[in-house]
Amino acid sequence: MILRDHSRIVLAGAFAGLLLTAPAMAQSPPAAAPAAPAAAAPAIPPGSPLFGRPDGNEAASKLAPVAPPPLPSAADKLPTAKLKVPPGFNIEVYASGIANTRSLRVGDKGTVFVGTRFGNKVSAIVKKDGKTEVKTIAEGLYRPNGLAYQNGTLYIAELSLVSKIEKVEDNLDKVNKPTVVYNELPKDEAHGWKFIGIGPDNKLYVPVGQPGNNVLNDKDHGQIRRIDLDGKNRVDVALGVRNTVGFDWHPVSKQLYFSDNGRDWASEDVPEDELNRVTKVGEHFGSPYCYQGNFLDPEHGWGKKCSDYTAPIALTGPHSAGLGMRFNSGSMFPAKYKNAIFLARHGSWNRTKKFGGDIVVYFLNKDGTVKSSEVFMSGFLVDNGYIGRPVDVEFMKDGSMLVSDDWNGAIYRVTYGKAKVASR
Amino acid sequence: MQKILKILAAASVLLCAAAASLRAQTLTERAAPCLACHGEKGVSETPDIPSLGGQPAPYLLIQLYLFREKQRKVEIMNEMTKGFTDDDLRNFSDYIAKLPPPPALADTGDPVRMQRAGALITQFRCNSCHTLTLEGRENIPRIAHQREDYLARTLHEYKTNTRHGYDGVMAEVTQSLSDAQIADMAYFMARFR
Repeated sequence: MILRDHSRIVLAGAFAGLLLTAPAMAQSPPAAAPAAPAAAAPAIPPGSPLFGRPDGNEAASKLAPVAPPPLPSAADKLPTAKLKVPPGFNIEVYASGIANTRSLRVGDKGTVFVGTRFGNKVSAIVKKDGKTEVKTIAEGLYRPNGLAYQNGTLYIAELSLVSKIEKVEDNLDKVNKPTVVYNELPKDEAHGWKFIGIGPDNKLYVPVGQPGNNVLNDKDHGQIRRIDLDGKNRVDVALGVRNTVGFDWHPVSKQLYFSDNGRDWASEDVPEDELNRVTKVGEHFGSPYCYQGNFLDPEHGWGKKCSDYTAPIALTGPHSAGLGMRFNSGSMFPAKYKNAIFLARHGSWNRTKKFGGDIVVYFLNKDGTVKSSEVFMSGFLVDNGYIGRPVDVEFMKDGSMLVSDDWNGAIYRVTYGKAKVASR
Repeated sequence: MQKILKILAAASVLLCAAAASLRAQTLTERAAPCLACHGEKGVSETPDIPSLGGQPAPYLLIQLYLFREKQRKVEIMNEMTKGFTDDDLRNFSDYIAKLPPPPALADTGDPVRMQRAGALITQFRCNSCHTLTLEGRENIPRIAHQREDYLARTLHEYKTNTRHGYDGVMAEVTQSLSDAQIADMAYFMARFR
């Protein structure tokens, strides 16, 4: 039996099965009238996370979140040779064999810290005498996706708490257990994993996503929160944030820019994901009432006006899942890339023809708005399937850029100029 | 009745643990303790323990990985997978994926309840990701003819954010489910034809 879109067919099938296999039941009064019109499936209740998900549309029924392989790819199976960057740039594998590599941070001594969403560890990559060593510096964590680093201290964001390890680089073989800094966070699985950062104001920024695709939220969700480094003095800096998994501060203006993922199931092409800029504390960025600055949500947008919310400074593509982003303040890349935003688009799932799976660079005007954009690194998306998925970007002291790929459990390094392979 | 089930479950957990401690050579031998609880022919007869027959290998691999990493917390499974290498995870998931899918319960169910529950399956779009036949695909598990008690418990755990999946989708879609709806859905999935 096939569970079709129309409840009628489901029920007719169920009854047919009953009649065929259970003659005793067939004689009982309720089953004696299988031809009676079955009640249609009740409409989706208002506010349901299922709103907008089409019933019985064949193309839509093929779409579900794309699950990355849990185990990392072998070093000789990485797609490095298929990845493309502009002329003059080079790509090398910085490290591999680390399951589900997500957020990246670089320590003062050059250690690269790696968070993960599906494992329980935070890893540290050390390069010494041309050799790459990967050390586990914390384990037994729950969704330690988010990392921040400042003055020798590593901050780790699990699903519902932030902890820290002081003097983390002093002895990577004997790292203290993380101590909790902040745990006043919801425990929702949906959009619960975190990206964190420390601003130029020396405060910790912690986002809390909306707990579903397209849902109204209370005052503890749908925001970017700012707290002191000891977890005190919460201020909700940005509201109407559906789910940001990447942000950074402009090197000159010090303003906060963040990526935000638009809702699913509205359509193939609308709404697009967003790149936003916070200009004052407490700004509302629209979700779940208005997306992409001009699209009133078909469910929650009634009676609302997009002009009441801060519009994005750039649209970053439908379902493209812009995640990690950083400003390039280094000097290795050509001058045109100075202070430009590099955004990792993880790539869509809620779209028939997949979109994204690349690094896009956004060039800004003097006033901090977006002037133009171009794809910087591509090749992760082949024949409508992923051979890798970029999650986060992070610049090293020498100005080279690291890219994490959670599909392969690898980190690439992008350099400019004569190829120098640091890992050999 | 509840009490008896609990005792049975506890006893079977002990049996499984005892069996697991024997280090066997071949994969078939190593998988024997798994199947002692989960059912030799893919059909679990142990209360609360899922049937594994017909599960897609990618789903099995993800679950074994989550057990090993203690992201999905079930003590005996965390213990069983503790020393597993990446290759062990791959081999076990490929091996278990070959078990035949469980059949529908012989009891075809109360037609009124089946009708009500079938409508819920459509309303909540279970038949979207899990496919029209509820057989699952890739990372999405087969829920057709799974054990009713396990299905109900799992839906409840998703609703309370205590079952830790790969992504937040199930936690999200179960938020508005009532206990009665969960019971009906599990009833339907175990029985429908």
